Amino acid sequence: MPRVAAMTGNNAVAESMRQINPDVVAAYPITPQTELSEEFAEFVANGKVDTEYVTVESEHSAMSACIGASAAGSRVLTATSSAGFALMWEMLPIASGTRTPVIMTVVNRAFSAPINIHCSHDDTMGGRDAGWIQLYSENSQEAYDNMIQAVRIGEDMSVRLPVMVAMDGFIISHAVERLELLDDESVKKFIGPYQSVNPLLDTKKPVTYGALALQDYYMESKWQQSAALLNSKAKILEVAAEYKKLTGRSYGLFENYKLDDAEVAIVIINSAAGVAKMVVDELREKGIKAGVLQPRVYRPFPHEEIREALKNIKAIAIMDRTDAFGAGGTPTFTEVTSALYGLTNPPKVINYVYGLGGRDIRVEDIHGVYQRLTEIAKTGKTGKMFEYLGVRK
Amino acid sequence: MKKLKSAREIPIGTAIEDAGCSREYHTGSWRNFRPIHDKEKCVNCLTCWIYCPDGCVQVKDGKVVEFDLKYCKGCGICAEECPAKGKAITMVPEEKKE
Ligand code: SF4
Ligand code: SF4
Repeated sequence: MPRVAAMTGNNAVAESMRQINPDVVAAYPITPQTELSEEFAEFVANGKVDTEYVTVESEHSAMSACIGASAAGSRVLTATSSAGFALMWEMLPIASGTRTPVIMTVVNRAFSAPINIHCSHDDTMGGRDAGWIQLYSENSQEAYDNMIQAVRIGEDMSVRLPVMVAMDGFIISHAVERLELLDDESVKKFIGPYQSVNPLLDTKKPVTYGALALQDYYMESKWQQSAALLNSKAKILEVAAEYKKLTGRSYGLFENYKLDDAEVAIVIINSAAGVAKMVVDELREKGIKAGVLQPRVYRPFPHEEIREALKNIKAIAIMDRTDAFGAGGTPTFTEVTSALYGLTNPPKVINYVYGLGGRDIRVEDIHGVYQRLTEIAKTGKTGKMFEYLGVRK
Repeated sequence: MKKLKSAREIPIGTAIEDAGCSREYHTGSWRNFRPIHDKEKCVNCLTCWIYCPDGCVQVKDGKVVEFDLKYCKGCGICAEECPAKGKAITMVPEEKKE
């Protein structure tokens, strides 16, 4: 019997971390992730886990300690948000480059300036090309489930890459929701014992990490890393299938919500996808064929599968809770349109920046987007491609 | 020249599995100043041996015998640190070493 609990997103992730019982956690508090690392510190203090908790002086040190601990041969978790993520930046490609499978929760929060503690996807979207696997979560349940799967994915011998699990700051991290939890034994069995590759602590077989590779080997090292990330897609699906057997909850590369016969669709990530799906249900009752594509696996980006899912749709709005300043299109817009490239009769596409800094994305807002999409589907005229949704101009 | 390995042959994360592989990297090719040792002035304090970043100072029976020029990159740290009166190490441009 699964345990049913009412928890915030931060509680849920901290609980998954307790069950994963990592060897090392090195983390630095930052809003809105603070509660999560505090709660885990409590587990450590109360002897609920065997973890060595490294209290560091910054996120740069946190990620450095995580990479070192992982290279030493241990299972390592951490968490951060926004500016903390930015301060880790230098170390993010080092984690993926050294192939240390650190698992990190990122509680999405806007970048400064102006200072804002609420949700934008600036952090994880900014770090999307750091060579990490990225999993996005709509709610606490998904964040919890993604964490447990992330351990299996990142540590797999065919993958060996760090994984980020993203969830929305405050909207999810601080909202209490009902979720189902596995029992400790099932989690332990699912993730299995940690298996190290070239651990630094193996004194019988000394190895060097982080050495210099110049014109002769740098490119081979990067190709190897690139191939591992692209190939991880199969493993992600395999782990999801196994997780479904255990929990009954299914996960894919993205959620296909009523897309199969849809004429209009929204592509949207994390908590706001919940609103979009609700609106789709309302529209379906009125006979409007609407759907939602909610990306879960953002790296590796499932271009082919997304093209397949969207190819017959007439008009699509791609919505991001971040801007890619100066690109004239947000990160997901660029990804999705490149996925659609080459179709003989591609869907019409528009792009919205929404909900920055935690601004509410209301049911009416989403209705408005579908209304515009229906209009585009009818007339074939796209109008303005890139727009901030609901901004006062 | 040594045949370079392919991406599939090297360990993941560019980990180096053979200890001491820096021995294969001859930093001596970088050198444009050569340390010249003056046995008369040398007090054999071995400060140069401690400071040399490439382990080039060859010591026998507690005495400096020579510098391993295969690895000596000519950084001059040994000369800078040498405490002997009038300096027992002088850095001489490679082209004037005779
Ligand atoms: S530091 Fe100078 S005096 Fe000391 S051993 Fe080296 S050369 Fe001789
Ligand atoms: S010049 Fe530099 S590398 Fe050469 S022996 Fe002196 S300290 Fe060592």
